[in-house]
Amino acid sequence: MTPRDPYRDPKTAAGLVQRIGAASDRLQRRATFMEVCGTHTHAVAAAGLRRMLPEGVRLISGPGCPVCVTPVDYLDRALALADLPDTVICTFGDLMRVPSSHSSLERARAAGARIEVVYSPRDAVARARFAPSTRVVFLGVGFETTAPTIAAAIAEADADGVPNFLVLPGNKVMPPPMAALAADPELGVDGFLLPGHVSVLTGWNVFRFLADVHGIPGAVVGFSPTDVLRGVLELLEQRIRGEATITNLYNRAVDADGNRVASALVDRYFEPATVTWRGFGPIPGSGLVLRAEHAHRDAGLIDVEVPDPVEPHGCRCGEVLRGSIDPPECSLFGGACVPDAPVGACMVSAEGTCAAWYRHRLHETTV
Amino acid sequence: MKRPALERVLLAHGSGGRLTRELVEGTFVPALSNPALDALGDAAVLPELPPGRPALTTDGFVVDPPVFPGGDLGHLSICGTVNDLAMAGARPLWLTWALILEEGADGELIRTCTNSAAATARAAGVQVVAGDTKVVPKGRGDRIYAVTAGLGVVPPGRRVADDRIVPGDCILVSGPLGDHGATIMACRHGLVGEDLRSDCAPIHRLVETLFDAGVDVHALHDPTRGGALAVCHEAATRCGHRFVLEEASVPIRASVRAVCDVLGLEPLGLACEGRLVAWVPETEVSRAVEALRQTPGGGEATVIGRVEVRDGDRLPLVMETEVGSTRPLDLLSGSDLPRIC
Repeated sequence: MTPRDPYRDPKTAAGLVQRIGAASDRLQRRATFMEVCGTHTHAVAAAGLRRMLPEGVRLISGPGCPVCVTPVDYLDRALALADLPDTVICTFGDLMRVPSSHSSLERARAAGARIEVVYSPRDAVARARFAPSTRVVFLGVGFETTAPTIAAAIAEADADGVPNFLVLPGNKVMPPPMAALAADPELGVDGFLLPGHVSVLTGWNVFRFLADVHGIPGAVVGFSPTDVLRGVLELLEQRIRGEATITNLYNRAVDADGNRVASALVDRYFEPATVTWRGFGPIPGSGLVLRAEHAHRDAGLIDVEVPDPVEPHGCRCGEVLRGSIDPPECSLFGGACVPDAPVGACMVSAEGTCAAWYRHRLHETTV
Repeated sequence: MKRPALERVLLAHGSGGRLTRELVEGTFVPALSNPALDALGDAAVLPELPPGRPALTTDGFVVDPPVFPGGDLGHLSICGTVNDLAMAGARPLWLTWALILEEGADGELIRTCTNSAAATARAAGVQVVAGDTKVVPKGRGDRIYAVTAGLGVVPPGRRVADDRIVPGDCILVSGPLGDHGATIMACRHGLVGEDLRSDCAPIHRLVETLFDAGVDVHALHDPTRGGALAVCHEAATRCGHRFVLEEASVPIRASVRAVCDVLGLEPLGLACEGRLVAWVPETEVSRAVEALRQTPGGGEATVIGRVEVRDGDRLPLVMETEVGSTRPLDLLSGSDLPRIC
């Protein structure tokens, strides 16, 4: 049976909560920390951590859920591609239920579009290999964590001579939107819980600008409850000391420089570009597009008619993604917009901020 | 004359002609043989029912892949039907077993599933007394589907139902959760290791064990689709009380947890095919756990939670997390796990 997980130990957790309470008292003001990564949002909710933290610590969620920040016109384009003859769309499952302007991948599939869920981009390459006359388009969304797997899939398609495997590039990188958040005076973030998985790939050095340029502390943390609590304590203590540094508390997985092999693979196929984030608009250098020499893999270059994007009326996902409101402040939350019938993208994925708040009743003190 | 073994399913195997007869008499009847089936009448005529109230269930099985570590579609279809009867407190007696085969399906697969269905029925002490075979054109089905019905009898004086659950009851499980769902998902994604195996098994004897030990079992569920999460949510909503599960007590194998971490699944929402969840009075819970642990298939039985009074707007189902907080447990949205049973 499962051996007791040291990162979930109740005594350790209780000790950390107590120290967080004492530190929060010493700081003598409310501190706002942002967890940037959707997996953190989910982990914090699943362990019930918010209800353990003192009043003086406010956790807000950032733009770290990949399907949430994918703009609606990306989905519109994917659906337009799905209408082409001899074309199959392959996608990560999270994207299926995200509303597009007029439909969703899930609804389009039910209506007959050829859309398949895969767990790995390589499954889409295999799909293309066995159906040479079919164009297989993989919806390449995600952050630094999925980019290497998509690059590896293209490399595999190149090596094996699979010309009918294409990617609709939608990958994004975290530092540019975080710079935007750090520079936003209204948001007033006192510290960042930095994304553990992304940092495995990038190394923690890429986040130094938060402390060096913006004077905001950061802690790279893992995904177990005590990892997150340690991160909160570290950020509080830095604030008390008036310091701002980037501390790596996830050194069992993360180092300063990251995975250079993976980065080199990504660089071979992709280059940074200005792309649009839901809730932020266009951010320079925040997206990955295919390099010109790989244009034959780029499904974004296929000429299809894409409707003018329509954002759902009343949806405040954009403000949720910037951390400027908590989900219950949106009038659709829990009424017109629920996980079974999402209006906005943040209510779809388990890692979406609204879905986490709704499923875990984060706006209620007792459950 | 010895018939040639079935090599590949043809449309003609479902036409009602000679090939159908060869399939039925050459493959199904010899494996599943019993007097009611062997008569090959239009309906099986059965002995009189033992005393009690008859219980009737039906189920369909479409699992992909049809053969997996720990079982196959044949084994699963018998277990699933027997277990549904057992969860009503019934003693399972007779089953029907209809197959929908895809043209071109491998004969070996059909034989494997038939033989394991027969072996499981024999071991469970039930008889497959009627069947049917249909063949659909290639591409209109996926190799083999089974549809069953099951008939059993709830002995006099026994009543197992959600409305008997009361505050103070303990919630126990007969073993680790999620083995079947994790195994199927892992198979589909090439993640199978030696540590993963479906728990697929008949559990009616575990139920009888509880009654034999004199436990007043209030309610029973087999956590199949939707897992323990779905059955607990449903039972809590139906009985109107609040269930509190303890995360640290919920048995989940490390291998199952690992699959869930990789694929992003909620382990409590994964299907089991050989486990029961039981609601029993607190005063009888240690006797119940002890009885289960001494019965094959129940060796890892344990208590996972309790039933409390549900005040006002409190939620029907919550989990006390390992680190000492409480979180709601809600039904999953979307369809993470198609065709697991």
